[in-house]
Amino acid sequence: MKNLFLALLFVPTFATASEAGYRLDRAPIDTRDLLSLQAGARTFVNYCLNCHSAQYMRYNRLTDLGLTESQIRDNLIFTDAKVGDTMKVALNAKDGKAMFGAAPPDLSVIGRSRGADWLYSYLRAFYRDEKSPTGWNNAVFPQVAMAHALWSLQGERGLVVVAGKNHGPAEYQWSRISAGTQNTVQYDTTVRDLVNFLVYIGEPAANDRKRIGIVVLFALLILFVFAYLLKKEYWKDVK
Amino acid sequence: MASRLMALWDWFDSRMPSVAEEFRKHMAEYYAPKNFNFWYFFGAFSILLLGIQIVSGIFLTMHYKPDANLAFGSVEYIMRDVPGGWLIRYIHSTGASAFFAVVYLHMFRGLLYGSYKQPRELVWIFGVLLYLTLMAEAFLGYLLPWGQMSYWGAQVIVNLFAVIPFIGPDLALWIRGDYVVGDATLNRFFALHVIAVPLVLLGLVAAHILALHDVGSNNPDGIEIKKKKGPDGHPLDGIPFHPYYTVKDIAGAVLFMMVLCAVLFFVPEMGGYFLEYNNFVPADPLKTPAHIAPLWYFTPFYSILRAVPPLFNSQFPGVALFGLSTMILFLLPWLDRSPVKSIRYRGVLFKSAVAIFVITFLVLGYLGTEPVTVWGQFGSWLGYADVATVVARIFTLLYFAFFFLMPWYTAIDKCKPEPDRVTM
Repeated sequence: MKNLFLALLFVPTFATASEAGYRLDRAPIDTRDLLSLQAGARTFVNYCLNCHSAQYMRYNRLTDLGLTESQIRDNLIFTDAKVGDTMKVALNAKDGKAMFGAAPPDLSVIGRSRGADWLYSYLRAFYRDEKSPTGWNNAVFPQVAMAHALWSLQGERGLVVVAGKNHGPAEYQWSRISAGTQNTVQYDTTVRDLVNFLVYIGEPAANDRKRIGIVVLFALLILFVFAYLLKKEYWKDVK
Repeated sequence: MASRLMALWDWFDSRMPSVAEEFRKHMAEYYAPKNFNFWYFFGAFSILLLGIQIVSGIFLTMHYKPDANLAFGSVEYIMRDVPGGWLIRYIHSTGASAFFAVVYLHMFRGLLYGSYKQPRELVWIFGVLLYLTLMAEAFLGYLLPWGQMSYWGAQVIVNLFAVIPFIGPDLALWIRGDYVVGDATLNRFFALHVIAVPLVLLGLVAAHILALHDVGSNNPDGIEIKKKKGPDGHPLDGIPFHPYYTVKDIAGAVLFMMVLCAVLFFVPEMGGYFLEYNNFVPADPLKTPAHIAPLWYFTPFYSILRAVPPLFNSQFPGVALFGLSTMILFLLPWLDRSPVKSIRYRGVLFKSAVAIFVITFLVLGYLGTEPVTVWGQFGSWLGYADVATVVARIFTLLYFAFFFLMPWYTAIDKCKPEPDRVTM
């Protein structure tokens, strides 16, 4: 019986491969790393928040990242939005669909629906593809409607997929077409920070939750000691 | 002062059914067998969870909006902007899964110790009704976050009613209130989830407990403690529920809350089993997800539904067996022909049947969470059938064999003699 509880507690987390069969990389994120979150916020407002909204996330919640409201107002808000507003964009879903073929999804909880590993791999898997309408394609999300928004950082790459030997997984070979402003390590860090930020806005209370959880479990443990002693005291006359 | 309070107490006591009398009857002088073991915690845990779900649910309704355009956002509002909202929401979502875990263990206890057998058939029947009502409650509530899995899960389940011959399509339309799952469906599911079904649950809980207290509790030895009474008229092997089992259940409940909190605070999604990842995508009636799976507590039955092949182009046989797989529980008291109640004194046949049934339930439960292609395909010799589908069919047969063969294997099973008195 106790084993069943343990089994329930440690169910494996699945989904390690994307639908395209591309093996996902592990995202080295840490939502307690405030500097990484701040860098991610900067990338997010600069590169994502033009088409994608995060309509459930308020700007002033970013005080969680160690920023003051005036820092948020000066550095992260480029529209006439108030600091207490949510992260909306001017682009509406209908125009978005007309322009890109698919409305850019809201990113408030994308970290929860896609998961960090998927996002981390996806944002590092764009390549040039002349057959696609945008000129870009993606190894994790084939035929994605979005062009490579971070291409000026990563540069342009090509992709050759080599079929795996003996039915093994296919191999992905990247070629460099033009360099971006960041090298591979810098770009991976940029994406890491951005994914970290997306995971954070997916559940801003997550760090609080874990901190409170430790206190609650400790309090229950103490309560259990007393509850158990009370039970023992009453039951000593049951033979 | 104290005498004034006593006078007030007496004033009430003489004008309504005596609270003290009811407390004596159901707590202080309800004699429960003294040999309850670990398995006997789960009834109390279910009551605890019912309370937790009702209270957390009330607070959720204060900020939730049952509107197809606002529902998803209002849940995120609760998760972010309502102080402590995330806690209330996770209590409710974790509580729902925990409720089923606890109820399954509670039912399994009944199976182990023959608690459904004469004279407790009604206790069992009220219990099965509670279980079915709880399933309805969970299904209705799962639509409310209005994510992709909420939406398409509801679509699939409501469509099950549509395959019932003759009345099906109209019935499904009547349930949805629209031609597809939409705003009308969300509104009525909200109404049913927050008031109608909980009222039924509360009534059934009262019936379940009243019926139990009338016949008395079973115990791990499956013998009737009322047969051996002391000179004071109380069962020799019975102890007053209060204080003995109240203090024991409190200790157990604290331990159980620790398990609950460990999930709630550290893995509220439980790897996608308690909160599905795809349910963080807002409902989109135009985009069918590649893989639709119900939450884990429905998956054994969902597997049975998927395993049954269509007959004459109709999915009805699958739906019928799906319904039968839960309804058959009502018959359990009459399918079991064994002279003893507890598994402790039953023979090898029943023990093996229970073991196979547990494996069956777990395998069907696992397969229901996965797409049918999860284990690949057989070769041409089996027409390239999905391995998982074939396995699910075999285990569906085993599931029903457990019940339908029960009158036979329990009757010929070699039982051991029951003891006179309970063993500690």
